[in-house]
Order: sequence, then structure tokens, then C-alpha cells
Amino acid sequence: MFGTVLVANRGEIARRVFRACRQLGLKTVAVYSEADRGAPHVRDADQAVEIGAAPARESYLNAQRILEAARQARADAIHPGYGFLSESWRFAEAVQQAGIVFIGPRPDAIRKMGDKIEARRLMSAAGVSVLPGSFDAVGDVTRAEAVAREVGYPVILKAAAGGGGIGMARVDKPADLGTAFAAATRRAQAAFGTADLYVERYVERPRHVEVQVFGDDAGTVVHMHERECSIQRRHQKLVEESPAPGLPAATKDGLTAAAVTGARAIGYSNAGTMEFLVDERRGFYFLEMNARLQVEHPVTEEVTGLDLVVAQLRAAAGEPLPWRQGEIVQRRAAIECRVYAEDPSKGFLPSPGTVQKLELPSGEGIRIETGIETGSTVSVHYDPLLLKLVAHGATRAQAIERMTDALDRSVIEGVRTTIPLLRRVVASAEFREGRVHTQMIEQGAFNA
Amino acid sequence: MPEEIKAHITGVVFQITTKPGDRVAAGDAVIVLESMKMEIPVEAPRAGAVKEIKVQEGQTVQEGDVVAVLE
Repeated sequence: MFGTVLVANRGEIARRVFRACRQLGLKTVAVYSEADRGAPHVRDADQAVEIGAAPARESYLNAQRILEAARQARADAIHPGYGFLSESWRFAEAVQQAGIVFIGPRPDAIRKMGDKIEARRLMSAAGVSVLPGSFDAVGDVTRAEAVAREVGYPVILKAAAGGGGIGMARVDKPADLGTAFAAATRRAQAAFGTADLYVERYVERPRHVEVQVFGDDAGTVVHMHERECSIQRRHQKLVEESPAPGLPAATKDGLTAAAVTGARAIGYSNAGTMEFLVDERRGFYFLEMNARLQVEHPVTEEVTGLDLVVAQLRAAAGEPLPWRQGEIVQRRAAIECRVYAEDPSKGFLPSPGTVQKLELPSGEGIRIETGIETGSTVSVHYDPLLLKLVAHGATRAQAIERMTDALDRSVIEGVRTTIPLLRRVVASAEFREGRVHTQMIEQGAFNA
Repeated sequence: MPEEIKAHITGVVFQITTKPGDRVAAGDAVIVLESMKMEIPVEAPRAGAVKEIKVQEGQTVQEGDVVAVLE
């Protein structure tokens, strides 16, 4: 096992990884930008190295600077967290070439899953169901039109190098395709440096259900059951839970089997998530694979009682998986609510500022992962995630009751947050009855 | 009558999409701000010609700062 872990990230996820490191007796190194000098994650680590100016590309996205920090602090392993460089296969490769352990999947698996068209091809070849659409980049509107005609409108245009919902455009009819194609191409080029797009059939009112997978260097792959993540805004999740309410056993079995098959097909190691859309007829389709630890991993931890980050550290050190599939059981129900510095009453506009007051709940069945404290500056330079509230219970009803109470007792002043909306989601009949789909928020289902 | 266009959020100027003399319609993006990984256009409140752009790309602006002026 390595001895010193650098976490190339900030906020709650850096703190989460440090906690797992301490549990294994590993030394920890934080990196931070000028804007994060006083941040909680910096104080949590045994050592901290400043890596650059506030803009992410000058600090948390600066691979060279992070590798220098690792050498300086004598770190022999790097955990990338999520976001930033976590899905950069070039970074993972550079880490390994520097003789440092990358805590995550192999660079080649990251590369394959990062190219969303390649991922569609590989999963389809492995027998995992994918949406009808193109299996190559559609180079021009004519080609996009041909694919759209074949699969039927509405379709969705997606960036091959995409993620986070960026560069996606729904197209309802042939007349709209030209404009949408040009706009999506521009956005993909600006965001990812490559303009390649692909076309998929658009699914109305789907559920987003994903499966946590875990692999080791010996090629063993297990699943850790599903998470329902349909409550989203801008294609980014707000509420996640496990088990997925009302998911028929046959659908669930199909999803978990497909996830394991897909991960095995690419020789996947460490933690990853296979994302699927489930349509109204309960058919499911591979969406993409996130080759990293997910924001919502605590849901799976609370449901199974297993520590995913400790497992990541052990797997990265070459240890075999500590569990057999049959031992990984959904023992409880858990829900996570993401508290973002955004104003839900104004279309989720970012709300940077200073946290003037912070009161967070505690108690049985409540877990909090936070990157902020009273007095923290919420910067314009980074993702707006402030903290995650996780509630678990013996039943889903108990988890909902605890989450309701936790949201009611949470007080954050100084920045606007998603808490008022989260309260309405958790109180709604649709959520309580498990009648959810990914378009609910944009359709105004939870408006005040 | 000139009219000031103010930033409705705090952010960094990501892109300046107009220049002095350009005609804009109500709702057109005059500049684009970036805040918390989101690109947010600052829109013209009415039709008119851009008289002046008060900011530069990369500059941080606070909510309420004047970013441009319409003729």
C-alpha cells in the first residue's frame, strides 16, 4: 500500500477522501488555489500545497502543477475526486508515468468511456442495450438528418466528448435540425475542444437509473445495486436514492446484469457508474459510464454499509475486492439531496457570496458531507455544490421522514440555495410515490 | 436616452458578444458571464444600439455592476 495520498480536488469530496485515508492510516496532502487558502479541506490534510490562481485551469485543472505538488509533498498516490481532472485519461496516464498510483480506473478505460460514441459502440458490442442512433460522429447536417429520419423524431444531439449536459440539444422536427446542429457544434467545440456530435432517439419522461460497479486488477467486477437519480436540473442531479422506488425486479436485474457485463467488457477496475435511461415501458438503455467516484456514492454506502472510498484505496493498491457479489445487499433505504448555491426561483442562477450563517442537522440516520463552514466564500470559479444531505432508514418512508426533518433544520444564510426546492420535492406526492422522471423540474413540477 | 445594462449576477466576463455601434434586439446577449461553471448571458433590456462596453473578457463583475450602455 502507498503511504501518502494527494487529493487533486477541493470541497466536500476532498474532505471525504481524506477521511477514508485516515481510516487506513495514510498521510494526506491537500492542494488548493489562491481562492481556497482558508478552505476547510486545506486544514483537513496533513500537508497542503498551493497550486495556483483561482480560475480552475490555473489550479485544479493544471495537471503539471498538481504533479509537482505531489513530488514536493512526496505523495505516492493521487485521488482525483470527481469533476476537474478525474475523467482525463491523459492526467491518469501522466500520474502513472510519474511513478505515482492513480486511484481510479486504468487510463485506457477512462479514454474509452470518455468518448461517448466509442462507449456506445463498445457497450452495444458487449450486448448492452443502447438507444437507437449513430455509432459514428455525424460530420454534417445531412448525415444527422439521415440518422434522425431513421430513428424518428424527437432526437437529441450530444457531444462525443460530452458530459454534464453540455452541448446537448433536443430536436423535435427536421426543420429545426440545422440550427440545433450548428449551436450544438459550437458549444461542443468551446466546452470540449472537439465539435464531434452524435444523434440518439430522445426519450420522453425517462427515469435516470444508474448502477454502481466496482472492479479489481484481477478482473473481478461486482455491482453495488442501483441509484434512482431522476430529479435533475440542466441534466445534473439534485436528488438521488437507493433502492429505486417501484423499479420492477426484472428491470432491476436486467440493469445490474448489463452494468456488470459492460464493465467487464472493458476490463474495468476500481469504482465506476453505468448510467441508464428507463423508459415508460420499462425498457432501459445505456446512457454513459462515469469512470470515477460519483457525487452520490454515499447513497450506496448507506444502503450497503460498505465504504466505497476505502475500497477505492485498497483496489488501487492492487488488493482483490473484499466482497463477493452475494454479500453486497441493499440493507436500508437512503436519499441524498444536493445543496447548491443556486436560486431555484430564478432558473437556478448561480449565487456566489459569503456564508453568513450555517446550521446543519445531525442525528440518527443523517449524514452530511460539506465543503463549507460559516464565513466560507462561495467562489464564482467552481461548481456550486455546497454540501450533501444524506438520510437513511430501515425503510424508504423512514429515510424520507428523516430527510424532511434534516431539510427543515438546515439554515444557510448569505447565499441562495436549492433547499427550498428540495423541501418541495421531498414533500411532493410524485416523489413519495416514486412517480419521477428527468424532465419534472424543467416542466415546473416543484415550483413554489 | 442612454440606458445602462447591469450584471444580474456576480461572475467573470466570459465573452463579449457585441461591440459599440451594434444593433441589438430586446433579449439579445450583450456579453456572457461565467459563474460556477455556467455561462449566463446578460441581455439587452430593449432594442437599440450598443454605445459602450464597460468590461473586458476575464474581468470579475459584481451583481449590479454596469457592463454596457445602450444608446
